[in-house]
Amino acid sequence: MAEAGRLKQTDVPKAWVDPVTQVRIAIILTILVGWELLAQSGLLYRDVVPSLGKISLAIVKLLSDPDYYWNLGVTAGEIGVGLAIGGLSGLLAGIVLGANRLLRRAFEPYLYYLGPTPKIIFFPIMIMWFGVGPGSKIAMGVISCFFPVALSAAAGMQQIDKVLIRVGKSFRANAWQMAMKIYLPAMRHPIINGVRLGLGVALIGTLLAETKLSNRGIGFLIIQAYSLFDMPRMYAMLIVLFVLAIGANAVVGRLGGLHNIQRN
Amino acid sequence: MTSAAALGRRPFVPALLGFGSLLIFILVVEILIRVGVINRYIVPMPSQIAMSFGRVISEEDIFGRFRLTFFEALSAGALIAVVGISIGILLYRVNLLRLACETWIAALASAPSVLMYPLFLVIFGRSALTIIMMGFVAGLPPVILKTLEGLSGTRRVLINVGRSFKLGPTQMFVKILFPAALPTIFVGLRLGLIFTLINVVGVEFLINFGGLGQLINDLAERYDLPGTYAAICFVILVSVFFFIITERVERWLRPVD
Repeated sequence: MAEAGRLKQTDVPKAWVDPVTQVRIAIILTILVGWELLAQSGLLYRDVVPSLGKISLAIVKLLSDPDYYWNLGVTAGEIGVGLAIGGLSGLLAGIVLGANRLLRRAFEPYLYYLGPTPKIIFFPIMIMWFGVGPGSKIAMGVISCFFPVALSAAAGMQQIDKVLIRVGKSFRANAWQMAMKIYLPAMRHPIINGVRLGLGVALIGTLLAETKLSNRGIGFLIIQAYSLFDMPRMYAMLIVLFVLAIGANAVVGRLGGLHNIQRN
Repeated sequence: MTSAAALGRRPFVPALLGFGSLLIFILVVEILIRVGVINRYIVPMPSQIAMSFGRVISEEDIFGRFRLTFFEALSAGALIAVVGISIGILLYRVNLLRLACETWIAALASAPSVLMYPLFLVIFGRSALTIIMMGFVAGLPPVILKTLEGLSGTRRVLINVGRSFKLGPTQMFVKILFPAALPTIFVGLRLGLIFTLINVVGVEFLINFGGLGQLINDLAERYDLPGTYAAICFVILVSVFFFIITERVERWLRPVD
């Protein structure tokens, strides 16, 4: 009779997928079906909303086109160099401002208020300074990512445990040793966060500059597709670009351990 | 002897140092251009830029252009407020929808949505509507996410007070949840408006249509260097002024701890 008093787990049939995934699938299907109906309805001018088949074909064509990868390489190179120069100078500026209270209070407001201004308006100046080639696009990447990295680094310096700084000083570490052994390891997460923000804005700055004036790169390909009214190709490029941008953002976050911070 | 840290504590010294350094930098650039170290056909003299402000204001109808940019940003701002807060409330009410969509919206916030402007040009034409819609798309995600955060972060004690007064769902929302979430919602609105303003001016510049962004493009195409620099300075000043005002309002709304 002992069995009678024991709680028995009822056999609830498990759903094939959890409710959240079901909702996600339903949303995606609704969008896709709505899109296809709109494409087939003829309500909009031809190809403004191309059919899903045409977009899929354009994505396949795009991904099998060597010319696309060459242009992707050009853009990636410009963003990479821009991020390296802007990131390093931003890091240096952030460390200097973060380490000195007077300098921080004197110059941080300028960084803080200049940071969110629309950087693309500097493009005419960058063209005059660095020409119409990759130099002006790299410069756009540099000025875009300098501000978030500098502000994050300055904020990161403020959050360093004072004990760590005192330990460094008690070992009579010089400025270089303090930066390499104390400041940078302790500021890892704010810096990665700044680099992640910087990557996003450098990507936007560089690509927008390419759409404005260029003869190579992904921005140029997008504006070329617009000029030729090749809408399926434009949609394909935007979809691939969004996937790459969101993926790059996630990879930088994971490499820096930001995922672990949020989870812990 | 006064140390740097002690100087930093005096309120006027950092401001003086910052502004003084800026003035010295401008003066050095002026001298370098005058002696020929910097090419005056690439970088105009700061004095020329200062002189051209009056010309840009009177001849280029800068205030009319400012009104147009302001109208576009305001229209996009109104849209993000209405749509963003509504979606945020919907996601708060329907938890399943929130679990399904919150990460998507966060991913959208980090996506380079401004690059869709050629697509919007095709759909809406080369008009103010394209600029407003670009501003709307860029500013929407932070408003949704912050509305959701604000409503979810309402203190349990406030909700319990509402329950003890036997408030209905609508009363609970109007009297407790929304007022408690308002400071956080405004943080989202402020972020959204910043993204909107950046995109409005940026797209105006890119498609050569509208207010201040188009002015910079026009002047650059005419190779009016002092005018271009003056217009860029004007846009920076407008942006900074806008950020300061929204920041003040945000501080005013923030509850005192």
